[in-house]
Formats: sequence, C-alpha cells, structure tokens
Amino acid sequence: MNFLSQEVPISWYLLLSAVLFSLGVIGFLIKRNLITVFMSIELMLNAVNLSFVTFAHEWHAVKGQIFVFFVMMVAAAEAAVGLAIIIAVFRARATLAVDRIDLMKL
Amino acid sequence: MHLILFLLFAGFCLAGAINLLLQTHPITSALSLIVVMTSLAVLYLLLGAEFLAAAQIIVYSGAIMVLFTFVVMLLNAGREERTLGSRAASVVGFPAVVAILAVLATIILHAQGLGVASLSDGITSTEDLSRVLFTELLLPFEVTSVLILIAILGAVALARHGHGDTGARGERAAGK
Repeated sequence: MNFLSQEVPISWYLLLSAVLFSLGVIGFLIKRNLITVFMSIELMLNAVNLSFVTFAHEWHAVKGQIFVFFVMMVAAAEAAVGLAIIIAVFRARATLAVDRIDLMKL
Repeated sequence: MHLILFLLFAGFCLAGAINLLLQTHPITSALSLIVVMTSLAVLYLLLGAEFLAAAQIIVYSGAIMVLFTFVVMLLNAGREERTLGSRAASVVGFPAVVAILAVLATIILHAQGLGVASLSDGITSTEDLSRVLFTELLLPFEVTSVLILIAILGAVALARHGHGDTGARGERAAGK
C-alpha cells in the first residue's frame, strides 16, 4: 500500500523536460535530413509543453494547460506549413540534405 | 504506482528521443518520436491533465506524426548521410546545449518550494478547462481558428504544383 502512494518530486518532471529539450537541440544540430531536423523542433516543443503541464499541476493553474493547448494548435499549423515548405524545397532542389540546401549560406 | 509509471514512461521518452538522434532513416526517427509523444501523454495524465493527454495523442501522435510519415513516404526520403556539421554548430552549438542543460538542472535542483506529484492530487477535468477557455480566453481561441485557416491556405499554396514553382525552376535552369 505504501508502494502505491509513492510520490514523484516535481523537479524530476522538470529535469526530464530539460533533458528532452537538450536532446531536441542536439538533434537539430547533428541531423542532416530536413525532415528529422523538423522532428527535433517538434521534440523541443513537446519538452516545453511538459514544463507547462508540470507547473500548471504545481500551482493548480488551469491557464498553464490552456497554454499547452494553444501551443499544440500552433504546432499543428507549423507542421502543416513546414512540411509544405519541405515539399516545395524538395521539388525545387531534389534533395533533403541540409548541407545541399545552402543557397543562403555566406 | 506514480513512481513506477513515471520512471517507466520517462524512460520510454528518453529512449525514444535518443533513438531519434541515433537512427539514420527518417521513418524510424518518426516512429521514435511517436513513442516520445505517446509517453508524454501518459505523463500528462499522471499530472492530472486529462484533456491534454487525449489531445496529445490525437493531435501529436495522430495528426502531426501521420503528416510527417506521409511526407517521408511521399518524398521517398532515404538514409541520411552523416557529415560533419557546420563549424558554428560545433563551436557555439554544443557548448551552448551543455550550458543550457547545466543551468536548467542547477536551477531546478536548487529551486525551493517545489512540491511532489501524486496520483491522489486529482485531475483537472475537461469541464474546468473549457470553462476558462470559453469565457476568459474566448478571443485567443477564436483567433487561433483564423491561424489554422491561414496555415491551411499557406500549406495548400506552398505544396501544390503551381506556376510559381515552375517559374522558380525555370529561373534556376536559365541561371545554369
């Protein structure tokens, strides 16, 4: 019964969120495919959402959860537009490798 | 119970995220990301956010990741080749990641007054959430629908075979 009532410190959730965010940034830096780079951005958004939900739980604030809801909607819009841009880039340059999409590189 | 579920799904989360980084094929990366997002939905449920847990599965694991896998299949994206990243990434990027993680971990671990989460804390029902959403935050909610509409129009305009696209290609061919 004692086992069932075990609690988890809020800081663990926040640490998980921080680690997930860092993994997202690392993915953004090391991945060489446009689609997986985009996936890393989604991973970062999710990590921040976990922070929002954790703090909403900690302070009993409903608005924190509503903010996550808005982030989800924006992420959905962003994914639709971003993937459309990826399709347009692929059509124009016939590659998804970020090293070869370097028109704006100095 | 909470501890076991947290450790299990936090482990799934981290394993999925690390697998996302290690895989070279985009479709396996996408599947790992689905694992991460579904595990996050369980963590939301543990934190009492029942509506968000459902929305996470429907919107993220469902809609967004299906879109991702469809694009991967549509573009027939193959194995990525690993190249050395740019110098900026290795000089600024990785130290910055380590610094961010160190600072965040220090702040979180030294923060005072953070409580504990347990299953008996109760959940924020969808009713509570929607009461705030449809009274106090009605305007942002309605504005978001305009955002979604613009995103749909933008996605259609960008992704269709249009004359703008062929024009750009023609220019490129003429340039070469």
